[in-house]
Amino acid sequence: MINYNQMVVDQLADADVDRLFHALADATRRDIVRRVVAGEHSISDLARHYPMSMTAVQKHVAVLEGAGLVSKNRHGREQRVSGRVEALHEAQRLLDMLEQVWRDRVDRMGALLAEPTLEDPT
Amino acid sequence: MTVTAVTKDLNELTMTVDAEFDVPVDRAWQLWGDPRQLERWWGPPTHPATMVQHDLTSGGTVTYYMTGPEGERFHGWWRVTQADAPRLLVVEDGFADENGQPNPDLPVTIMRVSLDDRPGGGTAVTITSTFASLEAMEQLISMGMEEGLRQAMAQMDAILAA
Repeated sequence: MINYNQMVVDQLADADVDRLFHALADATRRDIVRRVVAGEHSISDLARHYPMSMTAVQKHVAVLEGAGLVSKNRHGREQRVSGRVEALHEAQRLLDMLEQVWRDRVDRMGALLAEPTLEDPT
Repeated sequence: MTVTAVTKDLNELTMTVDAEFDVPVDRAWQLWGDPRQLERWWGPPTHPATMVQHDLTSGGTVTYYMTGPEGERFHGWWRVTQADAPRLLVVEDGFADENGQPNPDLPVTIMRVSLDDRPGGGTAVTITSTFASLEAMEQLISMGMEEGLRQAMAQMDAILAA
């Protein structure tokens, strides 16, 4: 987990980090991201989950959009919010990161097995 | 000892690591079976693991925490769904809160470990990680960003304090 985090941060430019930090520093916005990554939601759908006005939710969505975390799409009179499509490609990146985590672990296992063992003298 | 293959399947959301060890199966199993040995490879050197509970029988529980450079603790747990020492281990691997209680809001990964004799000696180990869903992977990613940003913030604090 810690390895992925560091690597994710390393891959972001400073300005992106600032925008992302601001976008994700708020619990409501983090919750919105989790909902729309799982599937598209209209602003009014989203607003039902939070004790705040639709305008307030719209402002949160705008901040997330600015950070590239979500996109807005118009369907007739309704605006829908979805998780960034590119985010799906990050699944591959996550697997790549996980690969490195396990390569490092196997290296440590190998080092451990190469140590002299303390056998029971039985 | 080497990693011989890494197979990633984006549709099945799995990653399989094959490795070979120049020790018998019983010895290789101790990497998981002995908590003191498990502690020495599970976390990266910057975040060593400390096992709290360690019961690798079917239905058993493992709880642990990793300690960061600032002394911060990251808690995790395993639930053993299948164990047949020294050949097979299947666990659910998740995150916990600061009291070591499983956090149901965070994604769970399934880890399957099998150990087999190699012809001519040594052990072939296959470790497969399976994610519950793409959403769970996405959640890991967004959490990673969040946690990473918290780290970036801590670095900024350090710079401002200097």
